Amino acid sequence: MKAHLTRRYLFSASHRLHCDGLSESENQATYGKCNNPHGHGHNYALEVTVSGQVNPQTGMVCNLVDLDGAVHREVLERFDHVNLNARREFAATVPTTENLSEVIFNILKQRFTAAHLEEVRLEETMMNSFEYAGGAELRV
Amino acid sequence: MVYLTRKCEFSASHYYHNPEFSTEENQRIFGKCANLNGHGHNYTLEVTVKGDVDPKTGFVVDLKELKEILNREVLDALDHRHLNKEVPEFLRQIPTTENLAIAIWNRLQGKLHVAKLHRVRVYELPDLFVDFYGEA
Repeated sequence: MKAHLTRRYLFSASHRLHCDGLSESENQATYGKCNNPHGHGHNYALEVTVSGQVNPQTGMVCNLVDLDGAVHREVLERFDHVNLNARREFAATVPTTENLSEVIFNILKQRFTAAHLEEVRLEETMMNSFEYAGGAELRV
Repeated sequence: MVYLTRKCEFSASHYYHNPEFSTEENQRIFGKCANLNGHGHNYTLEVTVKGDVDPKTGFVVDLKELKEILNREVLDALDHRHLNKEVPEFLRQIPTTENLAIAIWNRLQGKLHVAKLHRVRVYELPDLFVDFYGEA
């Protein structure tokens, strides 16, 4: 039997939305308050969904300790309490939550192989969230 | 096609233990959950059904009927129970959230007359849940 397992994590980071290819006024018009030169921060909530056959001996899709370990090591240690703009992952892209979702998905896809990575869902605030499934359509 | 989700809560105790594993293996794989005295959770169950909206009633499913089915088939059997000791599915199977979602699906499957079961979502904790879509 195939099941999907989702685990939720929290991290806090700062960022500034600014594109070097745009003029000052274009950046202001595009990103508004998020273009403030000194940046600002969010408490992000990350949901990681993995899937796979339920192992008949353990009753698990994957061991939660392994998933937690991978997310802590590969994602939270990288992005918790940092300025996202200063990270090499955003040397060439704007640290919007869209881009952050893709970055996190791609990191976990490479580094967590104990189950199939279905999607990541990232809440930037209580009012907005982003989902990325490696380019696949989301499951309803 | 419209999807409708009904939410309910139940509280139960369980432990994780595979008699085929040694004590050390059980401890290593299941950690704190291997404590044979058990522990408990407040589970949240979300059942999603899908179907066409009946043009006369405007319903995908009669919610009262869905609630009664959930109470009868799931909550009466699981709420305030010890899953390992009192729920037949778990006498030989480990009551992980994965297996719980599958067991609830199997209990509901075939009991809904109008709508089709789409997804069973079981939250063991606010930051941990399992979805089962009836896939082999």
